[in-house]
Amino acid sequence: MALVDRIGAGLASSGGGVILSSVDALVDWSRGQSLWAFPMGTACCAMELIAASFNKFDFDRMGTFPRPDPRHTDVIILAGTITEKMKPAIKRLYDQMPDPKWVIAMGNCTISGGIFYYDSYSVVRGADEFLPVDVYIAGCPPRPESLQDGVIQLRELVKAESIAPGKRHERTYTLPGAPQASEPDPEPGDAK
Amino acid sequence: MKHEELRARLAELSPVLSPLFSLEFGDAVIGVGRDTLLATARELREIGFDRLGMVTAVDRDEFFVMVYRLQSRALSSAVFLKTKAPSDDARVDSLVDVWPAANWQEREVFDLFGIVFDGHPDLRRIMLPDDFDGHPLRKDYFNPNVIKRPDYI
Repeated sequence: MALVDRIGAGLASSGGGVILSSVDALVDWSRGQSLWAFPMGTACCAMELIAASFNKFDFDRMGTFPRPDPRHTDVIILAGTITEKMKPAIKRLYDQMPDPKWVIAMGNCTISGGIFYYDSYSVVRGADEFLPVDVYIAGCPPRPESLQDGVIQLRELVKAESIAPGKRHERTYTLPGAPQASEPDPEPGDAK
Repeated sequence: MKHEELRARLAELSPVLSPLFSLEFGDAVIGVGRDTLLATARELREIGFDRLGMVTAVDRDEFFVMVYRLQSRALSSAVFLKTKAPSDDARVDSLVDVWPAANWQEREVFDLFGIVFDGHPDLRRIMLPDDFDGHPLRKDYFNPNVIKRPDYI
């Protein structure tokens, strides 16, 4: 990774924009298409996380599948309530993941503490108190399809990254099924 | 086994236990003083209550009530064993020697209520972090980081 960082910095500083864009496209494509996930299931959202991996929803067809070792993974999926006691363990597992790495917060508890936001002495009020969360998936629990959509959104985020430090590509985020902005709305009487 | 049958059976089996027997809200309860808890527990184990189902405590401000749920396959019945400990001296005898299942359960009660179990082999926190301050299920527990739920939710 350090080598890629140096190449990126060198290309950006010497005006190698065309090469940089091509390398970025290749690197982001390879990173985005096989986001291996570390399943950090701490509570009931883990059931949906498990269901997303198995054959009815089949996460593997998107190149995402759970690995039990943080050193093999690109993205940590935080599924479930995070307690104060679990926080250092999650931080340690996150620190073991190699760069570049991303974080998906799945479920209301992981986003904000959820129903444990009030009157709780032991629950962390949101994973973003101690980890840089990239994608938030709301739900209690979210459906497996929501998680898969979260990974697709994360791919868009990965494609916007550049190997040059501090540089980002412009990307337009589209929702699946949404009408394209360039297409004019059909006139009411225009249907044939 | 019905409660009245159990009462009669206890009178047969143990002269120590039968006067302690009472019914609270329809449940069979054996209430003992703190000093005789361990002896009563051994007696109950002796007559067939071989399973400790649950250990918990209740904070009644002036005192804690220790609650043990005992079950017996031989008698096909269950009783609560209860004892009291004053709040300013919250300690009772550990029942780990009688039922090994009490080990983690008593650690949990110690963790959340701060009741000390004399004779427990490994009395330390089990659920909360080791550096946690206070015992959160006590009524006088206060933690400034806890956000109070507003009335409109």
